[in-house]
Amino acid sequence: MNKTENIKIALPKGRLLAETAACLKEAGWGLDGYNASARLYRVKSRNFPRLSAKMFHERDIPVQVAIGNYDLGICGSDWIEELMVKYPSSALIRIGSLGYARSALYVAVSAADEMSTVEAVRQRSGVVRIASEYPNLAEHFALNLRLRRFGVFPLWGAAEAYPPECADLALVCGTKEGLADCGLAPLAKVLAVSACLVANRNSWEAKDMKEVVASIYDEATAQEAESEIITPYSGKRPPESKIFPPGADGDTVRLALPDGHQQSPTFELLSKAGIGLDDYPSPTGNRRPATDLPGVAVKVIRPQDMPLQVASGNFDLAITGRDWLREHLYQFPASPVKELLDLRSGRVKIVAVVSNDMPVADTVGLISLSAGRTAPLRVASEYVNIADKYARDNHLGSYRVVPTWGATEAFLPEDADLLIENTETGRTIARHNLKIIDTLFESTACLIGSRRRVASAIKRDRIGSIIQALQTGVN
Amino acid sequence: MKTQRCKGTRDLPPGDMAVFRLIEGVFRDACLNWGYKEVRTPTLEYLHLFTSVGTLTPGMLGRVYSFLDWDGWSGERVVLRPDGTIPVVRLYIDSLEKEKLAKLFYVANTFIFEATGEKTRERWQCGAELIGVSSPSADVELVMLVLEVLQRLQIDGVKLKLSHAGLIRALLARLGLSSQEQARVFDHILDGNTKELAELGLDRTELETLSALLDLKGKSSGFVKGLKALLSPDLVGIQTGIDDLVSVAGLLESLGADYQIDLASVRDFEYYTGAIFQIFKGKDKIGGGGRYDALIPLMGGKDTPASGVALYLDRLMGLVKPEALAEPKTPGILVRAKPGTAKEGFSLVTRLHKAGYRAEFNLGAQRRAGFGWTLDVQSKAPRFILTDRAKKKFEARTISEVLKLLKR
Repeated sequence: MNKTENIKIALPKGRLLAETAACLKEAGWGLDGYNASARLYRVKSRNFPRLSAKMFHERDIPVQVAIGNYDLGICGSDWIEELMVKYPSSALIRIGSLGYARSALYVAVSAADEMSTVEAVRQRSGVVRIASEYPNLAEHFALNLRLRRFGVFPLWGAAEAYPPECADLALVCGTKEGLADCGLAPLAKVLAVSACLVANRNSWEAKDMKEVVASIYDEATAQEAESEIITPYSGKRPPESKIFPPGADGDTVRLALPDGHQQSPTFELLSKAGIGLDDYPSPTGNRRPATDLPGVAVKVIRPQDMPLQVASGNFDLAITGRDWLREHLYQFPASPVKELLDLRSGRVKIVAVVSNDMPVADTVGLISLSAGRTAPLRVASEYVNIADKYARDNHLGSYRVVPTWGATEAFLPEDADLLIENTETGRTIARHNLKIIDTLFESTACLIGSRRRVASAIKRDRIGSIIQALQTGVN
Repeated sequence: MKTQRCKGTRDLPPGDMAVFRLIEGVFRDACLNWGYKEVRTPTLEYLHLFTSVGTLTPGMLGRVYSFLDWDGWSGERVVLRPDGTIPVVRLYIDSLEKEKLAKLFYVANTFIFEATGEKTRERWQCGAELIGVSSPSADVELVMLVLEVLQRLQIDGVKLKLSHAGLIRALLARLGLSSQEQARVFDHILDGNTKELAELGLDRTELETLSALLDLKGKSSGFVKGLKALLSPDLVGIQTGIDDLVSVAGLLESLGADYQIDLASVRDFEYYTGAIFQIFKGKDKIGGGGRYDALIPLMGGKDTPASGVALYLDRLMGLVKPEALAEPKTPGILVRAKPGTAKEGFSLVTRLHKAGYRAEFNLGAQRRAGFGWTLDVQSKAPRFILTDRAKKKFEARTISEVLKLLKR
């Protein structure tokens, strides 16, 4: 075993950051700059000179450790299982739970649903739609339950808002109380979740990491959360307002609005268009705001997930970005989703980015550089289908697309060779010592809809007047 | 140079391909002689054909190649065919259901992930399905069909293992297991996890009886005696299964087939309802099949009995002796066109093919030794010079004369 080799650890940003930082502080790691306001993602340890750390979106960590870019990682057991259930022979090993950030993965239905037991779900005829940020675990659950026909909506977030009208089941991380607040009832607890330490199998065998691991993880005291059997839901109905859309029928227009930082510009645009909304953006996280438009039901979901939802017929209209529309159309060229209106806000460029150290000025340079390489070019992106198309169209030879869930600029240069990223000003890219070598396209917010014919004349008129109002708002 | 072939796949170079076609040919001939008709189904199917209870086991489902199609935005997946029977049953329901009796056969590849990459993930099988008959004779016919194929391929020393899905299920029911427990135990048996049976929470007597039953082996008379001893005093609930198994075994025995009853020898497919047969050469399983009376109604068809069998082509390829490969019947002819006579050379090759000869146009790289004759074409007389293996030369002025010379 090698006692002098450096050890690399991947640390989570986001929900686990504060507790992880506290845990590492107590362990005396002496990490400077591992905090929520960090603008650079590389961190050194004062007390373990061999140790270096980098911050990632939590979901990226099992992948980064499994492929051997990092020796150790800390992330929720939910993301570990999401990887392991699909790739059981990967080089990821779970050392154990660190005991904090406890929650659970539940399969839940709308509390208003007739299907109040797992058995009832199994007996259902037709396609069972499952919405989840954990598509692999969702598929595993469905196969083990022997559901005959099912479809999984892989989501970026807000799965709890999908049942009952956009999905039959949601596989979500949380607590029972949290589910009840969203009008959901748990059917089964799939996994007990807590922050966990993981290691790459090869590193674990080759490197001496005992001291580092022992400083945060004690096998003797570590406790795994108990699994729990869910009793069938008692059938308590949620308040009417939690069921979407109240009084909806075939004439109701279903409109999806974005959550996150797109809320303010969207609200502004809707106001200009004369469309009034109550509780959007919502301080309490209400995902079903009321609108003064008659016959329109609004739901707030992730913009990334909207094109798929419009394609599946769950929404008639949605306000998202052209980047996510293209991402969807590159994956599903026959999709009925199309852009109805350019809303001209939220302008970003989708660019190809490399490290300043890479001797390449443009795509042509990248092509000749990739032709001379033996190792595959690693392309990291949140837009896996756009990245894949870029690599394919430019004949980048042997390449691998590494899907990421944010903080992608931290991947270069050691964990990826090329990024496909969005940028407003290019400043973040410059700050990370990176350069833009190509602009793929410009993206703005847009209204999307379906090519499919709408049967109801009333609904067609309503859709038409919303488009017209937004058109006025844009002008 | 580094291999660029996908892990877990294999190429079939000309030598292997010749063996492949030989097996396929023998299988096709045998099937046609028994009155079966060939079908072909697509490589892609919907995943949901394979997911419900009574199709594939969870162990198999965890290893299928499934993905979202280019129009799969609903989240429903398609799959590279993991099994040969279910697609043929789908084809039957889709387009042949009016036929009371359907005797179908196919040669198809199936795809199942295998982690080490040492075994192939793409496998070929020769299968036959007999749809519409419920008698033990149908099961026996399928066994006789594959035994005939193996015999023609000169693969001998083949052993048959018999089991019975209906009998196993009835035994599980008799042990007092709930229907869910029965299904789980059956899946474990199918996935070969007999050790994990201990973790299912059965009580000790149940577990002991179950393992004793699964250990029970032998010819039909001995097997029934063993069953009676284990389950004394009566055979209530399992008599039908025993009778069915015994009649299949009895008929096979009278036909001289070497068999052994081994209840635990079932694998992978939940759809079996009756007799299950597996074919071994030494320790290698080279084929198998069984009765699946519930599958067609489960997949939305009418209540129709059926059974099927398949030989695993990849395994057979290693067992066929090279001498079984027949030499080409006619010695080949190498046509060598002198400069300026390429047109005549090609016309000659075509004429020779029409006359039933194997003939190749000389590209300068062929080895003479591979041909029975060489035929030189030149612009001056005599236009054609034929040379045999002994280097004896014959001259001809026209193609007709060439053909006459060859006939001699």
